[in-house]
Amino acid sequence: MGKQRVKFTFEETLVKQPVIFELGQKFKLVTNIRRADVGEDVGWVVLELDGEEDEIKRGLEWVSSTGVRVDPLSGDVIDG
Amino acid sequence: MAFLNGLKCRECGREYAAEPLNVCDFCFGPLEVVYDYATISEVVSQDSIAKGPLSIWRYKDLLPAEADDPVDIMAGYTPLIKARGLGKTLGLNNLYIKNDSVNPSFSFKDRVVSVAATKAIEFGYETIACASTGNLACSVAAHSARAGVRAVVFIPSDLERGKIIGAAIYNPVLVAVDGTYDQVNRLCSELADDYPWAFVNINMRPYYAEGSKTLGYEVAEQLDWRLPDHVVVPSASGAMFTKIWKGFNEMACLGLLDGVPSSSFGVDQNTFHHPAVTTKMHMQQAEGCSPIATAWANNQSQVIPVRPDSLAKSLAIGNPADGIYAIKVIENSGGSAYAVPESDIVEGIKLLAETEGIFTETAGGVTVSGLKHLAESGAIKPDELTVVYITGNGLKTQEAVEQVVDPLAIKPSISSFESVFEGAK
Repeated sequence: MGKQRVKFTFEETLVKQPVIFELGQKFKLVTNIRRADVGEDVGWVVLELDGEEDEIKRGLEWVSSTGVRVDPLSGDVIDG
Repeated sequence: MAFLNGLKCRECGREYAAEPLNVCDFCFGPLEVVYDYATISEVVSQDSIAKGPLSIWRYKDLLPAEADDPVDIMAGYTPLIKARGLGKTLGLNNLYIKNDSVNPSFSFKDRVVSVAATKAIEFGYETIACASTGNLACSVAAHSARAGVRAVVFIPSDLERGKIIGAAIYNPVLVAVDGTYDQVNRLCSELADDYPWAFVNINMRPYYAEGSKTLGYEVAEQLDWRLPDHVVVPSASGAMFTKIWKGFNEMACLGLLDGVPSSSFGVDQNTFHHPAVTTKMHMQQAEGCSPIATAWANNQSQVIPVRPDSLAKSLAIGNPADGIYAIKVIENSGGSAYAVPESDIVEGIKLLAETEGIFTETAGGVTVSGLKHLAESGAIKPDELTVVYITGNGLKTQEAVEQVVDPLAIKPSISSFESVFEGAK
């Protein structure tokens, strides 16, 4: 079992999609939302995923395939 | 000794001990260093700073690491140059260049890494690590060499040769990842959870970022303890931009500026605005990766991530962690943000080189072109005191300007020279 902290960013066309609900339905993952800011044109959600590592990986690949941007929680601070 | 009380979440305000942490366990918000300003105000003065070493560690009382034996390769205290040539070209009579391209590993990253490396040693780490597109890799490798600890540096395998050599010469464990920078980034985020290493901008980030405050302190000190009317700053994550502002406000609150009495510091250390700080903060991003500038221009409450596609790779962070905080700084200071057209980046590099004799990297080209825009638009008046920050050296991104190499080809004779030279004049 593993845990991963991630940030999902939804563009306008995806804001109304129940992506996190479907993530929990399609994969054996527990989703735990910690912080979010969702507006009409864009939204982001910071959450923790709990499950088998392969399942987390497959789940995140599916989220990315929907068009939602997936970033590791600390990933956006790394600059070059 | 370091005068810090601990860490605090910028979002929910929860407090933590000063440990290798960067994210709040509760809300996953970013953590920030909290200082004991009351004690700092008793020990720091213009005189105490002036007696310090000619590096960032002259501001040791305002940095979050034990400074008795810092990891110091003499980062900082870089020149502040009156820019007569560039100023004349742009119609600015009071323009200065903060030339941070002359740091030991040739970028401002030495400031933040010196603090992070010192803190890493203080915490007992024996390995210092990072993911990087160049400047950070060089600095981490250099400081680790100085500290006598192992460096593990992760880079995309297709990085420019000059940057790879610039890091490899310090003999780090150089890991070339067959993937994009985003993939390197993601890998390091996962490794940081599993390996007992000090990733300078992951678990060391609250301390690391504070090093950029010295860019503000130095400019104020070099201007005889006063602040400029405008600063023009390149931006990727937005962290350096916010820290320069924080540095200005700390100096005002601690009574370090001429004519400004000391006062208590505000609760929100990132957005607090001392009334004596009238500097307008102008952020420059490259158009190919300008999420902060775009959010500011469109008056958005959020910074929408983008996929970077820019010549200025050292500014290419599509999802800037400090973006929203940087926008607050712009608003508080009455400044601006501008997305510099990609086609203007090389022109900016050449303009700085040809007018001031300073060879900057692509990020500097963004900054100079942004400055030009500000001058031409009238946002900066001719006599206003303006400082433009040049944060990296051009030798690292030579590929961007290879087209300038166009020598006069001659035979080894005077007649051949004169025939070509006359035509070239």
